[in-house]
Amino acid sequence: MHFLSEVVHWFTASSHWHGVGGIPHRMEQHVVMSVVVTVAAAAVALPIGVWLGHVGRGGPLAVNVSNIGRAVPSFAVLVIAEQVSGEIGAVPAFAALFLLAMPPILTNAYTGVRGVDPELREASEGMGLTPMQTLVRVELPLALPLIMAGVRTAAVQVVATATLAAVVAWGGLGRYIVDGLGARDDVQIFAGAVMVLVLAFGTELALGLVQRWLTPRGVRPTRPGPPDVVKNEPFAGAAEVLGPV
Amino acid sequence: MLATGPNSWIWWPWVTSHGHLIWKDTRQHIELTAVAVAIGLVISLPLALVARRYPRSEAFILGGTGVVYTIPSLAAIGLLLPITGLSALTAEIMLVGYTLLILVRNVLAGLEAVPDEIREAARGMGFGPMRLLVRIELPLALPAIIAGIRIATVTTIGLVTITALIGLGGLGQLIYDGLGREFHTPLIVGSVLSVVLAVIADVALLGVERIATPWARARRS
Repeated sequence: MHFLSEVVHWFTASSHWHGVGGIPHRMEQHVVMSVVVTVAAAAVALPIGVWLGHVGRGGPLAVNVSNIGRAVPSFAVLVIAEQVSGEIGAVPAFAALFLLAMPPILTNAYTGVRGVDPELREASEGMGLTPMQTLVRVELPLALPLIMAGVRTAAVQVVATATLAAVVAWGGLGRYIVDGLGARDDVQIFAGAVMVLVLAFGTELALGLVQRWLTPRGVRPTRPGPPDVVKNEPFAGAAEVLGPV
Repeated sequence: MLATGPNSWIWWPWVTSHGHLIWKDTRQHIELTAVAVAIGLVISLPLALVARRYPRSEAFILGGTGVVYTIPSLAAIGLLLPITGLSALTAEIMLVGYTLLILVRNVLAGLEAVPDEIREAARGMGFGPMRLLVRIELPLALPAIIAGIRIATVTTIGLVTITALIGLGGLGQLIYDGLGREFHTPLIVGSVLSVVLAVIADVALLGVERIATPWARARRS
């Protein structure tokens, strides 16, 4: 109990709420970096994944990019980004997070569009829709739940890996943990871990709601599906697409 | 960058003179991974069986393991430190935690994919529930279970690198040593070996699946 009261004391100390090392600034850095990286990775990976799924090419590539992403340690990507760029801080952090965020988005976009029932595709062509109209009006709405699952998975991974980016001298909430490890300050480490946890869970829940909201009413699951499909509920995790960081 | 000598990306004289260190870190990496996946499997199998036996518990078990899976690894370490300290136990609890969702889901999917007719036929032949599970259902679920073990193993090998932050060695130690230095060789050796380990483990487990499910091979050929 003594330890937890020290953690509460840490959170209520006014010195932790001001300045560059304060909670508001570190939290803001973490959120801004995560949003920018996820949006940038989606801007690049979504069109590629959707297009590959639409034309039905590059399947092995689209799927294997996630398998490779799982085998490459995020920690290694961060340190390599630091040494390739020759810089510390935001540049290697952004580069590494961007690279790590793309595979789940690309794979899910491909799988989502590719997985649309071929009969629906044929039917829409039979109704005289052009391939582009088929993509926008049929394939994309049906693939949206999976596409959003990929974005959600990537976003949660980015929030987690941004914590690790403190090792390449970037800011964010990971500073509390990494600096705490250096100073053997368990209270500060614990406080930092709690904030990272809240941010990761908040991201998962918020994007889960967005995903549900974007899912066309006709394809919303009415009862739980088998466990091998990507589910819409928060915390279902896209384990077949990605590992944690 | 392409220069030869100590400042190149890989300087072989360092590699050959540090074979002992590299082997020690690789061994630690394999040990941390093997223990985590083995314990993960020991916990996941009964969890999956409970989830299947009591459908009401399924959402709870999948949701619970999903929540654990969502905890960022560094946060998991930070939350465990006050309890278990800078120990291998801290690392293993974190690593085991991430395998649970993957393994439970795949065991469940494998068991649920067993056709009902096969179950009926086995019961008709006088198989009790235990014998049905061990002799019929688990063997047929084996490809899905091994697929889960493969994902869990590859994921764990990647995650083990960060246990170097709490001083547990493994290939992450070589990566950590490369941080902020002009000398890149340890970083490259640690990163490449980690990926190579993941690939070897994946291929080896695929081989295990082939050997353990000869009936599937007969169907393929």
